[in-house]
Amino acid sequence: MKSKAVFSTIVPMLAVAGMLWYGSGINSTSAVGADADNAGLKLPAGFGALRAAENTGKARHISVTPAGDIYVKLARPKDGKGVLFLHDTNGDGKMDETQGFGNYGGTGMYIKDGYLYASSNSEVFRYKLNDKQQVIDPNTPEKIVTGLIEKNQHETKSLVLDNAGNIYVNVGAYSNSCQEKDRTPGSMGQKGCPILDSAGGIWQFKADKLNQTYGDGVRYATGLRNVVGLDWNQQNNQLFVMQHGRDQLHDLFPAMYTTQQSAIYPAECMYALKKGDNAGWPYIYYDQDQKKKILAPEYGGDSKKEGMPEAITPAVAFPGHMAPNGLLFYTGSQFPEKYKNGAFIAFHGSWNRAPEPQAGFFVVFQPFKGGKPFGQYEVFADGFTGSPEKTASGRADHKPCGLAQGPDGSLYVSDDVKGTIYRIVYNKK
Amino acid sequence: MKRFTLICLTVLTAVTTYTTAQKSPAKKKTATKATLAAASSLANGKLVYTQNCLSCHQADGGGVSNMNPPLIKTTYVLGDKIRLAKIVLNGFSEKVEIEGDIYSNIMPSLNYLSNQQIADVLTYVRSNFGNKASAVTVAEVAKARTGK
Ligand code: HEC
Repeated sequence: MKSKAVFSTIVPMLAVAGMLWYGSGINSTSAVGADADNAGLKLPAGFGALRAAENTGKARHISVTPAGDIYVKLARPKDGKGVLFLHDTNGDGKMDETQGFGNYGGTGMYIKDGYLYASSNSEVFRYKLNDKQQVIDPNTPEKIVTGLIEKNQHETKSLVLDNAGNIYVNVGAYSNSCQEKDRTPGSMGQKGCPILDSAGGIWQFKADKLNQTYGDGVRYATGLRNVVGLDWNQQNNQLFVMQHGRDQLHDLFPAMYTTQQSAIYPAECMYALKKGDNAGWPYIYYDQDQKKKILAPEYGGDSKKEGMPEAITPAVAFPGHMAPNGLLFYTGSQFPEKYKNGAFIAFHGSWNRAPEPQAGFFVVFQPFKGGKPFGQYEVFADGFTGSPEKTASGRADHKPCGLAQGPDGSLYVSDDVKGTIYRIVYNKK
Repeated sequence: MKRFTLICLTVLTAVTTYTTAQKSPAKKKTATKATLAAASSLANGKLVYTQNCLSCHQADGGGVSNMNPPLIKTTYVLGDKIRLAKIVLNGFSEKVEIEGDIYSNIMPSLNYLSNQQIADVLTYVRSNFGNKASAVTVAEVAKARTGK
């Protein structure tokens, strides 16, 4: 009925275009159509977007099953449900069936080898999936990790798995820069920052062992202030993370940093990690313009003095405070060749640039070649906030947070303001 | 530029309050003094806000979702003034619901601000961002500071 109405009104040219479009769906471009307004997003030529779901809640990380269903982790439970299962009954790409379970808020959501992994802000759970890739028993998950520090700030526990049965969990530092008095002007850094014993790093645990805590795991990498976006790079077989750099250089040390400098420094860093790595927080930060590891003012720095040569150097350094909350290495074949094995990064958007204009609120693409960043990153999806004014003020309609790849190679982006789940597709051949 | 706006604001508020004060001739002298003081207090409050609160609570007082709470018509801003002054003096990391949401950043103690500065900034907050509540006095901040 609907299609009849469309056919009787549509101009022939559009019909032809539509048929070509449908035909090309068979050749690995997406079978679903984009929304007429591309879901409000600005995308490179040939790409389109649809709102796969709306009003899901504070949607953090997401995972798409091989069957095309979406699992969403909510920052706070909605109607007592902290994990959502979204299903599309008629294949139009719009998720029209929602179920929920798990009465805890959190961020981590990842599917690996027949299990759905989810995290609260202190624990990691897993749920066995059936042959349709759906959770069998939503009420009795296995508790894999427990007792992780959850204090005041940076409490989300993002996670990812490797191919050898290990799970990697971020434990963010419950501090900005390990000052004696957190976020207090002029307060100096604690000697031998004690926070690093139980936070400010990535911990590795066994994916299938119950009730593990610090003693059972390995501090895989340290000196990472807070990581939200992370992914396992299948080409390198290596963990990549996105660090949220420290805040408030000007507020805390106004004599050394102007508000303008404070708005763009330090860099938001992508690190390629190896076991035992130290990224240097809180002692140093990375300055993307000097391209140096700069001693933090809390530890005797003056915005120029270098420090901690043994700290690892970022793989990519982005401008400050844009809050990288999602990282995804694209392994699909729907998108053009240049995207293969490159990195998508969802920048949630800044707040710590005020009184300067805010920035971020977009999804960026960083090309990779041979497992290494190659060339300049580019803004891939923009327009989440609703207008340039809303970007500048930070009063964004939507903020991109989590990323996931669908079985057909579509890119999914979550939004934790209104809970829109975007699906970005490529439709040109 | 900033200073100029500040002066303008001070003068403007002073003039308006002065004309209002004119209407009650009996109290004229003391009222004028008081309202002039109130005007400079508001201007000073804005300055204190810009330097000490703005980066977290933002220029429009709207805060940052999930991070820093808004200062718009919250029970803390509009409610008990001693409790409000104590938030600035002692900092705040209670992780309580603020108008239905929880905020994951921390607010440090700003007790290095003077009683006058805290009275000014709270008066500014309580009469901006859509808030309409009475001024906070230096005496009230002093009471909050000693009565820990
Ligand atoms: C470093 C960031 C930061 C700074 C600077 C800061 N605050 Fe806050 N403030 C917060 C956070 C975060 C909370 C909530 C903490 C919680 O819920 O545990 C808060 C809570 C409050 C509250 C109570 C909750 C509400 O929204 O009504 C008031 C009032 C307040 N701040 C006022 C101020 C004032 C006035 C200043 C400046 C003199 C200031 N803050 C400076 C971060 C900050």
